[in-house]
Amino acid sequence: MMSDIFNIFVRSVFIDNMVFAYFLGMCSYLAVSKNVKTAFGLGLAVCFVLTVTVPVNYLIDKYLLREGALTWVSARFAGTDLSFLSLIIFIAVIAGIVQLLEMVFERYLPVLYMTLGIFLPLIAVNCAILGGSLFMQERNFPTVAHSLAYAVGSGIGWLLAITAFAAIRERLKYAKIPPKLQGNGIAYIITGLLGMGFMAFLGM
Amino acid sequence: MKKYLGPLSKDNPILVQTLGVCSALAVTAQLKPAVVMALSVTVVCACSNFFISLMRNTIPPRIRIIVQLLVVSFFVILVDLLLQSYLYDESKMLSVFVGLIITNCIIMGRLEAFALSHKPLSSLMDGMMNGLGYGLVLVVVAFFRELLGSGTLWNHQVVPDSWYTAGYLNNGLMILPPMALILIGTIIWISRGTVKR
Repeated sequence: MMSDIFNIFVRSVFIDNMVFAYFLGMCSYLAVSKNVKTAFGLGLAVCFVLTVTVPVNYLIDKYLLREGALTWVSARFAGTDLSFLSLIIFIAVIAGIVQLLEMVFERYLPVLYMTLGIFLPLIAVNCAILGGSLFMQERNFPTVAHSLAYAVGSGIGWLLAITAFAAIRERLKYAKIPPKLQGNGIAYIITGLLGMGFMAFLGM
Repeated sequence: MKKYLGPLSKDNPILVQTLGVCSALAVTAQLKPAVVMALSVTVVCACSNFFISLMRNTIPPRIRIIVQLLVVSFFVILVDLLLQSYLYDESKMLSVFVGLIITNCIIMGRLEAFALSHKPLSSLMDGMMNGLGYGLVLVVVAFFRELLGSGTLWNHQVVPDSWYTAGYLNNGLMILPPMALILIGTIIWISRGTVKR
């Protein structure tokens, strides 16, 4: 059980990395990677929101949406399958939690709010977050601890990816790039190369 | 008419505005799922643009994001169910990426930038054209990845057997995810060199 959880964690950081293997959250990854400090801030925020939303959505999926999930209410619901609602419920939960976190941070953790606050509204529509919940649903984790490990792992993987990328981009200012390739063009190619680097972990 | 054609070339959502890259690239290893994905995004983008534009005067600005998310997820669920019932294999292949259309920034971007301030019919056109501009890039990337990576197009073999016996090999790298990014980078490079703005 423990080794399972550890496996899921390592897998989701390196092998199934959100950015390099599934291209999730690419928009903010490309937009907010001009310098390492902001990139790290956004990475932390994504990591945090994933850690909160995935287990919550896991519980909702397990006890409300899945086929036969409602049997704990009454045996009559054994055949009810609400999973077609999962998209809309997941996105509503994510938007709600992000809003809630923003308010809690603003009230009780002003320092954290200063660093993460500006990114939080951005995150509600970041595909890495919804993607985390959808992959969690697809992979059928047996317990909530597994889904938590998956969430933390994916978050750290995303943080790692964006920080590395931002560091490379800072260096890139001093490189000579063909003028038409500057900006986005080279950014994609670098991400591709980083992705190839990460594929070396496949053998683990 | 001309103003709607921008998204296909000089205002292309992926190449120029960098929107909607998120879920796009994972579906381009083969041509067929890429076309299905492109059409789904076009339909969702056009319909939600149209409906948001119809409601644009009644939505309170403070909660517009939530309203937009709900409208978009309504259409995505519709598309998802349609795909599951008529194109089951493709829908299995696209898996979570159909759901991820909800958070595709092209759609939210067009709703915010266009539908909230324009009439329904022109919003419909705008949504459709942006969806198609996105689809165009998707299909081009998928074309090269499938042709060079598996030697097939639309699941039909196009590289003749005689080539294989003569020692031709498929480029396995093309099927792997990083290649999609590198191809997009190259397409951006080419389009910046050729498309006038």
